[in-house]
Amino acid sequence: MIRAPGLGLLLAAIALAPLQALSQGRPYVVLAAGTTTRDSGLLAQLLPLFEARSGLAVRVIGVGTGRAIELARRGDVDALLVHDPAAEDALLREGVASLRRTVMVNDFLLIGPQEDPAGARHASDAPAALNRVAQAQGLFLSRGDDSGTHKRELALWKATGTAPEGSWYRETGSGMGATLNTASQLDAYTLVDRATWLFFRNRGQLAILYEGDARMRNLYSVLLVSRAAHPHVRPRAQEFADWLVSKEAQAAIRAYTIDGQVLFHPAANPPSEESP
Amino acid sequence: MSDLTAAFSTAVSLILSLDSDLVEIILLSLRVSGSAVVLAALVGLPLGAAIGVLRFRGRRALVVLLNASMGLPPVVVGLLVYLMLSRSGPLGWLGLLFTPGAMVIAQTLLVTPIVAALTRQAIEDLSEEYDEPLRSLGASFPQRVATLLYEGRLSLATTLLAGFGRAIAEVGAVIIVGGNIAHVTRVMTTAIALETSRGDLPLALGLGLVLVGIAIVVNGCAQWMQEVARRAAA
Repeated sequence: MIRAPGLGLLLAAIALAPLQALSQGRPYVVLAAGTTTRDSGLLAQLLPLFEARSGLAVRVIGVGTGRAIELARRGDVDALLVHDPAAEDALLREGVASLRRTVMVNDFLLIGPQEDPAGARHASDAPAALNRVAQAQGLFLSRGDDSGTHKRELALWKATGTAPEGSWYRETGSGMGATLNTASQLDAYTLVDRATWLFFRNRGQLAILYEGDARMRNLYSVLLVSRAAHPHVRPRAQEFADWLVSKEAQAAIRAYTIDGQVLFHPAANPPSEESP
Repeated sequence: MSDLTAAFSTAVSLILSLDSDLVEIILLSLRVSGSAVVLAALVGLPLGAAIGVLRFRGRRALVVLLNASMGLPPVVVGLLVYLMLSRSGPLGWLGLLFTPGAMVIAQTLLVTPIVAALTRQAIEDLSEEYDEPLRSLGASFPQRVATLLYEGRLSLATTLLAGFGRAIAEVGAVIIVGGNIAHVTRVMTTAIALETSRGDLPLALGLGLVLVGIAIVVNGCAQWMQEVARRAAA
């Protein structure tokens, strides 16, 4: 039993090793990114290019835009890649974010069962399509998680003039992928961004029913957390924000396709000439 | 059914190809959960043994509390640790959020009550048999606790395995405090959650089967070590 304290210390040292090893290695910045940019595979395509150029690793926390914005408010991340312009405005106003740059754009799609019992595919615009779902009481899944997609869905419902209520309207309270998994099991309608839809493997009987309304435009921006608000944020996040709007990054965004379809269209205006 | 077959063949090909990303994820899972169990053992074994041996006011209430805390929801523990380690929290200056260290802390908090509660039961049973003789030999309190822990080592090994099982299988805590960052804080369970959210169910389930395989290997090793120890003791 005399050995026990020595053994204990040894085990404690082994146990604490990961605590010590954490900040060694390459310099990095922490990015909170909407799940769509991660789940679509875009970031996996872009980040190696940036890391090779800058020597700076980007650690991605994939969360809904609502949660990403909360992480920024608390100073837990250095930068955001999100898609909720109204919430981004608020961050800039509050001084939590010091800079915003538009990076790319795609669009939201109304998807639902192939047979489309509500007839949403024959609607004249996006609110009308939602109205048809509501009229027919077709099962509709809402993210219900304050994500950028959820916020846009609520805005579209607002444009219909009727509040979605009833047993046909259900909140999953989950990410886009989990909501799509549920929709494909229940043959339900839901709103999804094009990138996640194209990347998603478990579509079941679901199909795109309505697309193309200007109100379904989905704008992604990069924001830097302000060093005035949170002095410890890593200043090199600026390099990543600069690079995302560079010609190299914008071309790489344009080049990322699935089944021949572009997932995100570059939208930096204008793309900056030189890369950092 | 075809999903299950696809998952099984995915699991087999994942293991056979020894994909370097997968190996990295497995090693991190083992390191984080292993560290958490070691730390939990350092606290939980003596704590559980002390409660098992000592008689004091409020002991029964403490035992109830300890047993109940075995059921702490991982996501709640994750949230608490997140609020502590967040830059806006009391321990934010440590800069541990979204690192493996934060994951070890969260899992340690999850596992310690399990180790302490199961140790308490095992030691209490043993102490009924051994405590009187030990006292009559004039053993001090630390000596009695140490002797009882030693005598109970075989059942305590199972206690640690239960703690390890809890740690390696949970996703709620590590995904909040670790952030599921590729190559940094991605472990088996968060990788499974990610592939599920991408709708790649066969890959998710395939990873799940690999995780089950790891649990079997770890428990098999522990079983073997117990048998070696038992033979050595006989």
